[in-house]
Order: sequence, then C-alpha cells, then structure tokens
Amino acid sequence: MSDFLVLKVMAKLLIPFILLFGFYVQMHGDYGPGGGFQAGVIVAAAFILYAIVFEIGTARRVAPMAVLVTIACLGVLLYAGVGVANLVYGGRFLEYGVLAHEPAHGNHIGILIVEIGVGMAVAAVMMIIFFSFARRR
Amino acid sequence: MDILTHFNYWAAIALATIGLYAVVARHNLIKKLIGLSLFQTAVFLLFITIGKVTGGTAPILDAAYSLYSNPLPHVLILTAIVVSVSTLAVGLALAIAIKRDYGTVEEDEIHDADSAAGTGGEE
Amino acid sequence: MNAGHLPILQVALPLIAAPLCVLLRRPAFAWAFTTLVSWALLAMSILLLIRVMADGVISYRLGGWAPPFGIEYRLDAVNCFVILVISAVAAVVTPYMRQSVAREITAPRHNLFYGVYLLALTGLLGIAATGDAFNIYVFMEISSLASYVLIGLGSSRRARAAAFQYLIMGTIGATFLLIGIGLLYMMTGTLNLADLSLRVAEVPDMRPIYAAFAFITIGVLIKLALFPLHIWLPNAYTHAPSAVSAFLAASATKVGAYVLLRFVFTLFGPEFSFERMPLMEILMPLSLIAILVGSGVAIFQHDLKRLFAYSSIGQIGYIALGISFASTSGLTGAIVHIFNHAMMKGGIFLALGCMMYRTGSVELSALHGLGRRMPFTMAALIIGGLGLVGVPLTSGFVSKWYLVQAALEADLWPVALLILLGSLVALIYVGRVIEAAYFRPPPPGAPAVREAPWQMLIPTWILLAASLYFGVHTDITVSVAERGAEMLLGLPA
Repeated sequence: MSDFLVLKVMAKLLIPFILLFGFYVQMHGDYGPGGGFQAGVIVAAAFILYAIVFEIGTARRVAPMAVLVTIACLGVLLYAGVGVANLVYGGRFLEYGVLAHEPAHGNHIGILIVEIGVGMAVAAVMMIIFFSFARRR
Repeated sequence: MDILTHFNYWAAIALATIGLYAVVARHNLIKKLIGLSLFQTAVFLLFITIGKVTGGTAPILDAAYSLYSNPLPHVLILTAIVVSVSTLAVGLALAIAIKRDYGTVEEDEIHDADSAAGTGGEE
Repeated sequence: MNAGHLPILQVALPLIAAPLCVLLRRPAFAWAFTTLVSWALLAMSILLLIRVMADGVISYRLGGWAPPFGIEYRLDAVNCFVILVISAVAAVVTPYMRQSVAREITAPRHNLFYGVYLLALTGLLGIAATGDAFNIYVFMEISSLASYVLIGLGSSRRARAAAFQYLIMGTIGATFLLIGIGLLYMMTGTLNLADLSLRVAEVPDMRPIYAAFAFITIGVLIKLALFPLHIWLPNAYTHAPSAVSAFLAASATKVGAYVLLRFVFTLFGPEFSFERMPLMEILMPLSLIAILVGSGVAIFQHDLKRLFAYSSIGQIGYIALGISFASTSGLTGAIVHIFNHAMMKGGIFLALGCMMYRTGSVELSALHGLGRRMPFTMAALIIGGLGLVGVPLTSGFVSKWYLVQAALEADLWPVALLILLGSLVALIYVGRVIEAAYFRPPPPGAPAVREAPWQMLIPTWILLAASLYFGVHTDITVSVAERGAEMLLGLPA
C-alpha cells in the first residue's frame, strides 16, 4: 500500500467522480452531447483505473466475468427490445414516437432507454476486453 | 497551393500510407495491428475533417448561433471507432492465442513452424 | 405488427437471438434456439421474395425517417434472392452444427459459438437488406469480425494464424470501402444508395468519384476473394471448423458478389462503370485467371478442404466473369451461380464435415476406400463435385450455360472456350476425388468407419438435392435472376 501513495490517494478520490460523470453523460445523451457510448467507456475507465492502480483481483470480484457478459447481453437486448416494442405499438423499428401519447415525449423515452442499453453493453464489453487481456501473464 | 487548402487530405493520406506500410512491411503481428489501427484512424480523420464547416460551431441548437458543423460524419465515425476497437480487440485476442500456440508473434517464425510441421500449407 | 415489418425483422431477429443465445448457457438449448431462429428466417425470406416478385420493390424506413435522410431498407429481386440464399444455407447448416461443432471445437462454451454465429448471420443479412452505404460497411464489419472468431475456433493452431491473416486483409478491404463511401459522401452529401445513384450521375466527371469507385471496387474484391486478392481464403476455409467452412463458403463470398453488383450497377450505373471506368477490362481477365489458376492449383492439393477452397476461388471467378459482361445473360448467369454455388459448395463442405466426423481427417489419402464404407457421404461429395464441373442435369450447368451464352453474345468466343477449359480443369480435381474414394482400396489395418449420423447427412443431402433440383427445374432461379439482372441494368422489367 505504501508504493505510489500519491497515485493511490488520487485514484481513490477520483473514482467516485469519474463514475458520477459517467452517469451524468449517460443521462444527458438525449438532448445534449453525450450518450451511451461515451458514458459506458467512462464508467469502464473507473473500474479499469482501480484495477491498474490497486489490484485486479478485487476489481474482478466486484465485476465478475459472468455478470459482465450478462450485462452486455441485456444491454443489446434492451436496445433491440425497444426497437421491437415500437413495432408492437404500431410504429416502425426504432420509431420511438409511438411509445407515449406525444411523439416528442415518446422520442425522449425511447432514446433514453436505448442509450441505457448502449451504455450497459459498452461498459461491460470494455471491462471484459480489459480483464481478459489483463488476466494473462 | 493545393497542399495548403487541402492539408487535411494530405494529413489523412500520409497517415493512412504510414499505417498501411506498417501492415505490409512489419512481420510482428502486434506491429501489424498498430499499423492497421493507424490506417483506420487516418480514414476517421478524413471523415471528421470533411464535416467541418468554416466558421461553424458545435451542432447544438442555440438561438445565438445559426452556422453549425455537419454532425453526420461524427456520428458515422463514432460507429466506425467502435468497429475499430472491436477489430483491435479480436486481433489482439488472436495474437495472444497465436503466441500461446506457436510461442511467437513473428510472422516468419510462424511460417517456419508451419512449414516444419509439413503437410502442405504453401501460400 | 404485420408483414410490413418483415424487412427489419429479417435482420433484427438474429441480432436479438445472439445475446439470448449467450444467456441460455446450455449448448443444447442454444443450438435448438439457433435452429428455430434460422428456420424462422428462412420462412420470412421466402415470404419476402414472394412479395417482392409480386409487388416490386419494398422500402422500409427505419425509425419512420423518410429516405434519403433516414436509413432505408430497400428490397428488390436481387437482394431478396441473396437473403433467401443466406437464410436457406443457415437453416440447413444450423441443425448440422450440433454434432459437428461438439466434435471439432474444444472450447467449453459452445453457447458463445452460437451467439457469434448468429452475429455473423445478422451481418450478412444486414448487408443484403440495407439501402444505406454506411450501413453496408457496418454490417460487413459485424459479419467479418464474427467470421474471424468463428474461423479462429478451428482445432488446429493454424486456424488462429489464418484468422489473423483474414482479419488483416478483411479490415483493409472494409476500410477501403469506408474511404470510398466517405469520398462519395463528400461529393454528394448523402448515404442512401438510391439517392447516391441519382447524385453521382450529376457529377460523374469528378476525380473523387473516380477515386471512390476504385477504393470501393478493390475493397469489395478483397471480400469477394477474387484473384489476386484471394490469399486469405484457402487458409481460412481449410482450418475453420467444418460447419463454419460450409456456412462461410456458401454465404460470405456471395454477399461480397452482391455488394459488388449493388455498387457497380445500382450506385455508379453500368454506363459509368463500364464506359468511363475500365471495369470490364480489369474484371474479365482477373476472373478468367481466377477460374484457371484456382481450379489449376486445386488439382495439386492433398487436403480436401484446401482443394475445395481453391475450387471456390475458381467458382468466384465465374461469378465475377458474369458481372464483367454487363449484359442480361451475363448477370443472370452470375446471380444464378451465386445461388447454385452456395448450394453445391455448402453441400460439399458439409460432406467433408461428415468425413471429418468419422475419420478425423480430410486428407485425400484418408478418402481411400471410403466410397464403400460411407456411401451416402461420398455420393454427396461426388454430386457436388460434378456440379462444380458443370455436368448437365446439375445446377452448375445452368449457370455456365448462361455465361457461355453471354460470352458468345459479346462475340468473345475465346472467353467461352476458356470457360469450358475451366470446366475441364475442374473435372481433373473432381476426378482425383472420385478415384481416391472409389477406385483405391482402403489402407490395410484402417479402422472401421461407419456412415455419418443422419442428423449430419440430411442437411448435406438437402443442399445437394436442391442443387440437383434447380439444375433441372431452372425456371424459378432463372426467372428471379433475370428479373434482377434487368433491374440492375436499368432495363424495363
């Protein structure tokens, strides 16, 4: 613990804010710059920073591979599920306008859900890539 | 004259050529992947620069501005970057598997190992 | 929901099924689920083709955004036919996979294999369905990335090296395509293929358009594996798991041919491609060399998968040759051959998979005496081989008939002779297979070999029976292909 003390203290301080920023970017993707891709990478970066500065074992216990794979799959399903839900509500694939009474509102909801799906998938996949390469010696 | 007004194309072409050269000339698989990434990134640069409108600002709706850069190339390249990251990940995973199986990531040594194992395999 | 959503469901269904497959965990469930999905896809593709033949072009707007601003899925006779070919091959190969994959892939997680396979299918169907240039790039990369993984799963370590080689070549090809699309977008400001074709016609004499044409053609030819850009193909098909070889040989290069047709004819137009640009002068010699060299090199191979991989290079030459004529009969021959070659080569690789399953080898020497001991597998292999030669009553004859006709129409009788010469060369390598299987005694002390399990034989025979059926009843395939050819050439249907 005594090695790289500055690095460790700073990382510990930064990680909550990185995560918070990730969620901010995630939730503002529908009207401002941001969205699932960026947010997913930022959230994954927080985990990867922890794994690099502290130790990878704890990070892997917090986010086990099986859980990550499940999250990635659920993210893709959420995205595609919204597309199919639009078909059920009488619209076309990814035509979010039909999700609520007002098209603008429906678009808002639709993009938000899609971005959450993208964010889940991207964050999980980035972590999977990092962990599976970091595992090897 | 053309070089100055079209410097973004020259930059993209130079980077793409360097990347492609690395892919062809290097025998180390990791270096090949680096070259491939550089090649792809140069093309992304080409896309991004053609989206720039002189004097335009970021494409966020605001009453104070009326001239925006074209956001479409950015969106396309966001997708292409994801593709490029996936390609790199698959490529590195294959390189690791090759290192495990052959004990090397040098192309000529892999080729020698295959020839030594015999049974065809020309070309 | 109604039938109007079929174009998107054709692509979205495998996309949704892929993560579900991973979540299912048990390989048997994943396999059963993938099989159901592939059959549903086949049913949908048949419905689509019937609708397109009856009502003409179907346009589907993603997200309700009108083209050319939104992404449009545009289905006509050509891509419906390609979608049908891919779905049909998938519907036959998937049931076969269970035993073949269980035997040949040692990795413990077969549910992931089926997930990746479904992604490859998504990509291939997406390329065919979409009417948006950038979408073609994205789907091409989805299918290619999935193929690299599938090939890398082969049991020998060479599979990894082959997959890596394919990854490098494939990525360069796709990036070339991306450069071309970027240049087109720069000149026209649109990505919709139909809109692009109108706008490119307005500015044909601009250098970026020429450059775009060159980049796109080279990029697609790498995917199509036309000589001399074929180097990735033999290794990839040889070392991939048998079921994957069958699926990719029957679908991936066919989609490459489709993309070439789409860009050369729909987007740039035959007048630009063949009169302003020397496409015929480039494509025709290359395809003739591909036919002769591919078939010629195949003669000297000892590994049967490699032999038929080289034969694929020759057969791709026939498809490219048909495209290079830019005439109705040439294009009809090319499109029909896309279908026929998918059936024949798919069936052959499935038969090789049966052989691999029982004997553990696909060497020519392992074939000795198998004609008696695995009669159904060997008969399938021979029928497929005769189809490649183009013997009458097989479907290979139909496509070659149209190609020879196209050559004679264009007053290129040397080309017609070379097509026939290519068939003779094919006869030599098929002859070697027949000789080894039927006229050589089994080596003394060879282990007893039984016929392959029926779950693998039936898919093999379905593909080859289809190739025989469509060799006799040519009206279905030829009418669709002729309609597609006329549409591509801009002739009134």
